Amino acid sequence: MIDALPTVSVRVLLFASFAETLGFDELELSLESPATVGDALRRIQTLPGGERLPHRPLCAVNLTQVTPSAPLTTGDELALLPPLSGG
Amino acid sequence: MYLTVDPIELSSLMTRVQSSEQGGIACFLGTVRNHHGGREVARLEYSAYQPMAEAECARIVTEAQTRWNCTVALEHRVGALSIGDIAVAIAVASAHRDEAFTACRYVIEEVKRRVPIWKREFFADGTVEWVGSGAVGQRGSEAVDGEVTPASVQDGAAIR
Repeated sequence: MIDALPTVSVRVLLFASFAETLGFDELELSLESPATVGDALRRIQTLPGGERLPHRPLCAVNLTQVTPSAPLTTGDELALLPPLSGG
Repeated sequence: MYLTVDPIELSSLMTRVQSSEQGGIACFLGTVRNHHGGREVARLEYSAYQPMAEAECARIVTEAQTRWNCTVALEHRVGALSIGDIAVAIAVASAHRDEAFTACRYVIEEVKRRVPIWKREFFADGTVEWVGSGAVGQRGSEAVDGEVTPASVQDGAAIR
């Protein structure tokens, strides 16, 4: 018997133009452990419409901006942020 | 709470920062203009990643108050806005004017740079654009398969 590979499950939030590009604004993502923000981005970019996302969008994990090398752990909330335009 | 769906009243921000030790209040109001890139804007909408926007606004206010010995009030409107509406308001009270002006400028620049809020412009010619994304907004609904499962919009993660 072969054990299942350990996985990391995160909630991904998409906003504004990114939500329109992919057609939804939230998804659950399972990634092979260990996983980084960059791994999640690459997976999302393979979804329909995902090829139209920027290569390196602004990202936040648990409400704080991070770089693609940031690690992900199960239960994290990963947000993909289009160019900000508040103010 | 720094985000509001209700119209912003500058006087309420001024009341919150005013005290007898302060010698002045500097204010900034960002308002909705009727043009962008030479085209006529009819109205706009702001949406936000609400919990992060609140956290980021709190960090910016704390930074300004620590750095310049002042008291800061900040509100950003979300939802549908009309031309001329106040989109963002800042009031900064301090003992002397230099700190108030400097801190006020810092807060608006950091809000624009760091707070996850997005502006969607509805032009008079009927087109709609997310500001800064360089693309006309389109509604798509594509199926997703495999272990990735789209979930429904829920629990106020975003104001739309």
